[in-house]
Amino acid sequence: MAASALETDKLCKSFGALTVADRIDFRLEPGARHALIGPNGAGKTTFVNMLTGAIAPSSGRILLGGEDITKVNQAARVRRGLGRTFQVTTLFRSLPVLDNVALGIAERDGVARRMWKAASKHSEITDEAMQLLATLALTSDARTPVKDLPYGRQRLVEIAIALGLKPKVLLLDEPAAGVPSQDSGRILEVLAGLPGDIAILIIEHDMDLVFRFAQRITVLVQGQVLVEGRPDEIAADRRVRDVYLGEATHA
Amino acid sequence: MSGYTSDPRIRWQESLPWIIGIAAFFLLPEYLSLGARVLIYILFALSLDLILGYAGIITLGHSAFFGLGAYTAGVLSAKYGLTDPFLQLLAAAAAAALLGITTGAVILRTKALTLLMLTLAITSIVLEIANKATWLTGGADGLSGVKVDPILGLFKFDLFGKTAFIYCLIALFIGWLVVRRMIYSPFGAMLTGLRENTARMHAIGAPVYWRLVLVYTISATMAGVAGALLTQVNQFVGLNVLGLEPSGDLLVMLILGGVGRLYGAFVGPVVYLIAQDYLAKQYPEYWYFGIGVLLIVVVLFARGGILGIIDKWLQALSRQTSSAKASAR
Repeated sequence: MAASALETDKLCKSFGALTVADRIDFRLEPGARHALIGPNGAGKTTFVNMLTGAIAPSSGRILLGGEDITKVNQAARVRRGLGRTFQVTTLFRSLPVLDNVALGIAERDGVARRMWKAASKHSEITDEAMQLLATLALTSDARTPVKDLPYGRQRLVEIAIALGLKPKVLLLDEPAAGVPSQDSGRILEVLAGLPGDIAILIIEHDMDLVFRFAQRITVLVQGQVLVEGRPDEIAADRRVRDVYLGEATHA
Repeated sequence: MSGYTSDPRIRWQESLPWIIGIAAFFLLPEYLSLGARVLIYILFALSLDLILGYAGIITLGHSAFFGLGAYTAGVLSAKYGLTDPFLQLLAAAAAAALLGITTGAVILRTKALTLLMLTLAITSIVLEIANKATWLTGGADGLSGVKVDPILGLFKFDLFGKTAFIYCLIALFIGWLVVRRMIYSPFGAMLTGLRENTARMHAIGAPVYWRLVLVYTISATMAGVAGALLTQVNQFVGLNVLGLEPSGDLLVMLILGGVGRLYGAFVGPVVYLIAQDYLAKQYPEYWYFGIGVLLIVVVLFARGGILGIIDKWLQALSRQTSSAKASAR
């Protein structure tokens, strides 16, 4: 079997007596479009935080491209190709959009510690950042401080930063959270247009988005994987309907 | 200022400090000693702006490096006969850098109030060491007998402070050049990232802790050089370069001038030290009151410091002139 893009092996996390992740075996194939869903409190955020390295698991292993990264810190995981976006926008708020993206590209390229030549003269960085902004239709906002953008556009900047890191695996933590419904279509468009070689795991509450985007879905309930399968299988699964989707929902 | 969208070319306003400096040398010969002190504090404030204004590291302990630099130069000269001015600066820089990297490596794992208290603790410890090690530092009496060779073997430190002033002006110019380059570079942009959002910095793969230690060490080195300059100019060093007070004064100066603006570090010390000099002569007992009022006014009415006010005025002015032009058409 070929190496997975990202894999967990009996991943556990407990806070005292409370177990929030219970022997999670999870596999993200290269180039996958995978969704992680589950009711509130299912442990999705904890799971993602363990994947990114924000919190350490109590036991179990995490493999990125077949390599054990359980002990690798957050920033080093990013440098190995694990990108993420945040559920709540986590941006350099008073910096221009261009800088938000360029800072990430500079880290990836190892330019971030250069102290002499002016940042704006590093055209390899600024050109790449502008190109990336163009693909997300953010060119006209390049010089605008992020905090002056509408929220929907801030979500796009969040995605732009992650893409600038050229990740092999991208974790999207509720990319459409808090976005007014008329703008969420734009985000779905962007997600659909992401390069096919990036393996993507999306955590999302918006079922419409999940079923349109994902090729596989994992359902997490009370820290355990309840079921994993194709969207039509998940939609037809009786247990999933009971715990999560509710009787009224249909695919 | 700084970042991937800013134009790094030097604007004409940026030549003002140097024009004013040179003009002061010729026009105010009786104030050159005060002038040299102002220049030293500008260099010191510049080093603080780098970590506080750009990288967002809050500190009340920056005098530890200033003081260590001052004592390194003083002790080497008075006790070990090292009188070459450049070697003194070099030794002070090295000592401050060493203290910066070792203390930074410990305390920069913490944040906010904890960090603030730890920085204060460090300068207090260094102060206490300087106070107790009287055989080396002279303790509370200070260390006199500091000798400094003529600069390049040509320019003796004179009574009127002419050499001292030009020497400090050149040192400041070099320091400014380095800091200015740095803040416009990718490194400088990265520093603003640290200030804005460390969670985001982690998520773009930046080794946040090491970056903080790096900039803290660079800043400490500069502060050490500033301290050594003070010793050389005064040919004396006392305990007043260490502890909370000089750190607090420095912070007040930078806030007065404007934090994270590069030139706030120029305006602040000028205003503060001239006000102090004037007020201390007029009202020897109450001069701190005047400084306090100044600070309250700035914090209440001008969050960006004096430079912040000027920026707002200029913006309002340009709006007016552009609307006047529009109505004239």
